[in-house]
Amino acid sequence: MTGDWILRVEQLSKHFGPTCPDCRRLTGPDLGRSQCPRCGTVWACVEANLQLSAGEVLGIVGESGSGKSTLLQMIYLALHPDSGHIWYRDNGGPPRDLTTLNRYEARLFRNTKLGIVYQRPELGLNMRFSVGGNVAEKLLLAEWRHFGRIRARTAELMVKTELPPERIDDEPPTFSGGMLQRVQIAKALASRPSLLLLDEITSGLDVSVQARVLDLLRRIQWEDRITMLLVSHDLGVVRQLARRTIVMKNGHIVEAGLTDHILEDPQHPYTQLLVSSAL
Amino acid sequence: MSEASDQLYNFALLDEDAKREIRRKLLKAVALPGHLVPFASRDLPIARGWGTGGLQITLSIVTPADTLKVIDQGDDESVNAVNLRRLINRTTGVTTTTDTAAATIIQTRHRIPEEPMRADQILVLQVPMADPLRWVEPNLERATMMHSEADYGKMWVYMYESVVRAGDLRIASQYPVIVNRRYLMDTTPIPRWDVPKLHMADTLYLFGAGREKRIYAVPPYTIVEPLQFEDYPFRTEYRPGQRCARCGAEHTFLTEHFVSDSNGGRWETTCSDAAYCAKRVAQMEATA
Repeated sequence: MTGDWILRVEQLSKHFGPTCPDCRRLTGPDLGRSQCPRCGTVWACVEANLQLSAGEVLGIVGESGSGKSTLLQMIYLALHPDSGHIWYRDNGGPPRDLTTLNRYEARLFRNTKLGIVYQRPELGLNMRFSVGGNVAEKLLLAEWRHFGRIRARTAELMVKTELPPERIDDEPPTFSGGMLQRVQIAKALASRPSLLLLDEITSGLDVSVQARVLDLLRRIQWEDRITMLLVSHDLGVVRQLARRTIVMKNGHIVEAGLTDHILEDPQHPYTQLLVSSAL
Repeated sequence: MSEASDQLYNFALLDEDAKREIRRKLLKAVALPGHLVPFASRDLPIARGWGTGGLQITLSIVTPADTLKVIDQGDDESVNAVNLRRLINRTTGVTTTTDTAAATIIQTRHRIPEEPMRADQILVLQVPMADPLRWVEPNLERATMMHSEADYGKMWVYMYESVVRAGDLRIASQYPVIVNRRYLMDTTPIPRWDVPKLHMADTLYLFGAGREKRIYAVPPYTIVEPLQFEDYPFRTEYRPGQRCARCGAEHTFLTEHFVSDSNGGRWETTCSDAAYCAKRVAQMEATA
């Protein structure tokens, strides 16, 4: 383990349902299911471990229902894990276990240290507020109280994310899908977060728009050296952004390593299947 | 109270259990300034939305020794004020007044009286919409969660949008405030003019929303801060040069109305607090 880690996830688990004594035996990647056939419990994430260094981009791939988004939601502190730890460390300081934060502390942490971009813009944006208002929300949550400075920072973020700043007061429904993703990115970056979480951000976008969004993220990552956790079912997207990748299946991490190694020499049969279907 | 109504009604109409419940909730509201306390709003012989929340509070705290004043739109003689006063008077027999200084309980909608209120007085406000987060979060459960975590980011965006759309903080009434540096509170339909009167006041303010079944309070000497930006501070309504056409006051909240005359009529501004205006006119006539 390297010394400059920013986030370390240890044995993180989450299930939905009542559980039974046979649950764990009857689920898992080898059996190809995450739902217990006896009690119906879904084991969304089982004993996940990962580590993220400062400035690194880590990809999480897997099919729908593999537990990627559950893991991401737990790291975003929107979902409380059943067990395990999420350690966070700022600039080599003492580590903090984020699973011990109360709701108020968790919200404060989310607002200042984390940024998130969802697949569906309506989850990340308030469609009744203007685009500027949506981006400003992060700044207002961080106790910015000078309207002029908020406007200036919002316009700056719009330029950075290749959005026309003259449309700062327009409402989100008047924007295209790709632009809305860029608005979400601008909002996520507003409070200069230490960690940016990206949940299937290019799904549903056409290829050319997808390429622009990925180019933008690559540029932001390069300029700001921001740490990113990228969840996608698209290996192509992960290949473009992530240096390391973990593969999830039925709530379990089945393989982890350098993205190029995983794509060129997949070890787990599921990863081999994923890679061969992508080619 | 007449003998006939004695037989028909309990003192102050509500049964004793109902009054006791409301008093308990009032104590909780006073202990947590600005916090919305749910209560079992009773059916009353007036429609929801006509001041049932304020009325239930008044009926729960009134004693035979009290002197009551009821105002609506700043006026003691508006239809709603007259009816509420008559109902309270008939079911309690308490003395009523139009003089702010003489009243011990004042029930009001839209205004806080112009005359400074004292520590021995209680102002009961009728509230149409209790939760200011309703503007930004229609889901009640999520709004309650937001209050519990003091998560008021969306309300600040609402203020931001107000400046974007109107060029200033142009929220005419129900101006959001932070009470005791903790809870976001709706100030009811009072104009911005009255908002500063809530801050560090001598008087106890009780708020009742009958339709929404919520009670809240601002106890005396509580910090009440309006939401504002450093470069767009909170300001009360003020138009230079405007004064009351009746008493000449320049330091009161004025309302505008049309006066018909032989020349086709004209717009006139007068004090919104009609009793205060009449008192000033009477004083001027006495000295003249």
